[in-house]
Amino acid sequence: MEDYSREDEGCPQLLDLIAKGGEWVGKSAVERSHGTSEEKKLELRLAPPGGEWSFEESYATISRERDGLFSLGPCPQNTVLKPPSPWQQQQQQHLQTSYLHPVRRESSQLCSNRAAAAAAAETKAFSVANTAVHNTAQKRTAPASVVGWPPIRSFRKNIASGSSSKQASDSPDGAPRKVSTVENCPRTPFVKINMDGIPIGRKVDLKSYNTYEKLSFAVDELFRGLLAVQKKLCSGGIKDEGDGVEKIGGLLDGSGEYTLVYEDHEGDRMLVGDVPWHMFVSTVKRLRVLKSSELSALSRGPKQGKISMNN
Amino acid sequence: MCLFQSVMNYFPEEVLEHVFDFLTSHRDRNAVSLVCKSWYSVEKFSRKKVFIGNCYAVNPERLIARFPRLRSLILKGKPHFADFNLVPHDWGGHVYPWIEAMAKSRINLEELRLKRMVVSDESLKLLAKSFPNFKSLVLVSCEGFTTNGLAAIASNCKFLRELDLQENEVDDRKGHWLSCFPESCTSLVSLNFACLKGEVNAAALERLVARCRNLRSLRLNHALPLEVLQKILVQAPQLNDLGTGSFTHDPNSETFIKLKNAVKNCHSIRSLSGFLDVNGRCLPAVYPICANLTALNLSYAPGIFSNELTKLIRHCKKIERLWILDTIGDKGLGVVANTCKELQELRVFPSDLYGVGNAAVTEEGLVAISAGCPKLNSILYFCQQMTNAALITVAKNCPNFIRFRLCTLNPIVPDAATNQPLDEGFGAIVQSCKGLTRLSVSGQLTDQVFLYIGMYAEQLEMLSIAFAGDSDKGMLYVLNGCKKLKKLEIRDSPFGNMALLSDMGKYETMRSLWMSSCQVTLGACKTLAEKMPRLNVEIISENEGGAGEVEARLDDRDRVEKMYLYRTLVGPRTDAPDFVRTL
Repeated sequence: MEDYSREDEGCPQLLDLIAKGGEWVGKSAVERSHGTSEEKKLELRLAPPGGEWSFEESYATISRERDGLFSLGPCPQNTVLKPPSPWQQQQQQHLQTSYLHPVRRESSQLCSNRAAAAAAAETKAFSVANTAVHNTAQKRTAPASVVGWPPIRSFRKNIASGSSSKQASDSPDGAPRKVSTVENCPRTPFVKINMDGIPIGRKVDLKSYNTYEKLSFAVDELFRGLLAVQKKLCSGGIKDEGDGVEKIGGLLDGSGEYTLVYEDHEGDRMLVGDVPWHMFVSTVKRLRVLKSSELSALSRGPKQGKISMNN
Repeated sequence: MCLFQSVMNYFPEEVLEHVFDFLTSHRDRNAVSLVCKSWYSVEKFSRKKVFIGNCYAVNPERLIARFPRLRSLILKGKPHFADFNLVPHDWGGHVYPWIEAMAKSRINLEELRLKRMVVSDESLKLLAKSFPNFKSLVLVSCEGFTTNGLAAIASNCKFLRELDLQENEVDDRKGHWLSCFPESCTSLVSLNFACLKGEVNAAALERLVARCRNLRSLRLNHALPLEVLQKILVQAPQLNDLGTGSFTHDPNSETFIKLKNAVKNCHSIRSLSGFLDVNGRCLPAVYPICANLTALNLSYAPGIFSNELTKLIRHCKKIERLWILDTIGDKGLGVVANTCKELQELRVFPSDLYGVGNAAVTEEGLVAISAGCPKLNSILYFCQQMTNAALITVAKNCPNFIRFRLCTLNPIVPDAATNQPLDEGFGAIVQSCKGLTRLSVSGQLTDQVFLYIGMYAEQLEMLSIAFAGDSDKGMLYVLNGCKKLKKLEIRDSPFGNMALLSDMGKYETMRSLWMSSCQVTLGACKTLAEKMPRLNVEIISENEGGAGEVEARLDDRDRVEKMYLYRTLVGPRTDAPDFVRTL
């Protein structure tokens, strides 16, 4: 199926969108097959690249200003500056313990930034550094990698939108983390839905439904008219299943002409209906209405084992 | 004075007591007890409500000896920064010894309110068994208990009026604690279990609500779907305060239509919260009650978009207290400013911590609010950026702030327009707001801001500082200037021994001081502890390794990672864990 293989290549791109880093694209397929530990790494690195660094850089510059020291040498990745006034060391420790992942590839950028800052006259260094800080800080929101900053309680961190509930646990003491009481709402509650044979897709608001039945109903409503038009145009011989415009039924149990499948956040195609509804809503990325007859063709393809056939 | 005293002595004690009954504030009653021995004695035996701001400042025995007829107790445990994971988990703040002591002395306890304390199931069980007239339990930011403890309360407290659980960490055993309220229980006035994660027996809840005709406040948890809410509102249209659980449904369904009708009947609702899982299209169901709302909390609902929020807020003309997420945006805050002329308290929480999407609010939103809401006196504002000019404008517009807490998402961001520190802006706030009692500062700040705070913030009681200042002078300005300072908490700022030791007596006038990631050394802390026996100076290490290991590693010249000191009448506490060392 053309569509399908195109989507297959498209899957790493889905991760690419999140990653914004070259390294990830190649890794993504491997990571998927390696399972959860790789995923965790992925998730941990969802902080904006350089976000952590802008913060650290500002420490570096401000601390340096205090001590009048400049470091033009190579930047070892885990220590910002050589000299330790305990104040700086402390800052570095803090940042270290709170970083989830040392970001090696940024170090050269930091060095050049710091060198640039250092090159300015000592009295001006502060404001130059501030500009550098300011500019980088302006471009993005909080570097959330400092322990206890911003000062909000753990359960609020989990509520924050985005993939925060998976990575919000920064309590070093192992206190039971409040599980998100709110489902991770995707940025938009609407997901795309495409139907085989119909060139134009629709969007559904999954929040409006709370059962698979209702979703199935909605799909029928959305596409029934379009399907009828399409059939007229194609003048193919598909037998009527009822009077007037035919209902699209049997989407969930394999009994109908079409079957509902979805693509989850890992990029896999799954049959709709296996997991509890709220779990489905939190993992679904897009929906698709496939011809049931195509499913058997699929099961011979690379996604074998992901689509289960219920007969 | 002698004449006065002898005149007063003509009045029997009952009269004095009756007069004192009119004094409700703790400070007034404390003052009264200092006047003379007889007043002290009358006040002592008539005191019913006691407030203890730091549970380690006294002990249960002294409390009971001092106020033997107490009926209502408020206790606070961990330092404020524990909310942000800066205090290790087992630091302390156990309520059990208090309950045990009061039970033994047959105190007629009716009300207990705890904040940041460790509450075990055993404590709750003992509480439930020991005080036959127990009426009200309020737990805020506590931990250590499970729903089994709640079951004990529900089963045994025959006259329970209030069970209010706010933002606690509860181990939900999914037991049927709610079903443990006996059929004879009809006294509930307030029930809040929004922070519980587990399922609750909906039928038991509906029956409970039906028989508690005095129920005024009900806050549901996430596990309860809209159908249950609808049924409850039909049973309890007299509610004043409602916390919805989940608020998502197909807006075309029959259930939803029933809900809309049920809401229309709830003419008394003045406070609305919850929306723990919300479909924006369901919000219009609450429009009918918005006109009378005085408090609205939408801060648990990141899924509501700004335009849906503003549509809702346009209906809320009488709002006095509004808690929202920064998804509302500056424009949305403009709508609030135009609509909510009665607004007194605003809290804007961050929704997007990882810079993944569009941010947040800026100084513009704050300025708009300050210009549009003349009654504004309390604000907590998490923002992307701030400017001195904006703060100066805010200070001019709102001289009535009593609480001003600003939190820039980047803790050391300078003025977005001029790149200067935010000293002048905060300076304007403290200069203009003469009644300011609580202040949190953030952004890039030098010693100058503390000079302003010391000079102008005469009523300041609580100050929170993070990543600010240049030298000891900053802290000194504050310690010398703020006469009414009670709580000072500082993290990641370059204040050291000189500031710590310059006025040691000051700390006996304060409740507590927290300093973490600053420049104070172990030696200075030891000096302080030695000179001030009525202070507990605690050094808190991270969990790994006991105090012995820490001692071996730390010498007097080493900096202390976390120090918490507080005045106390009872010396070092006996329940300190290994990693806490009281000097």
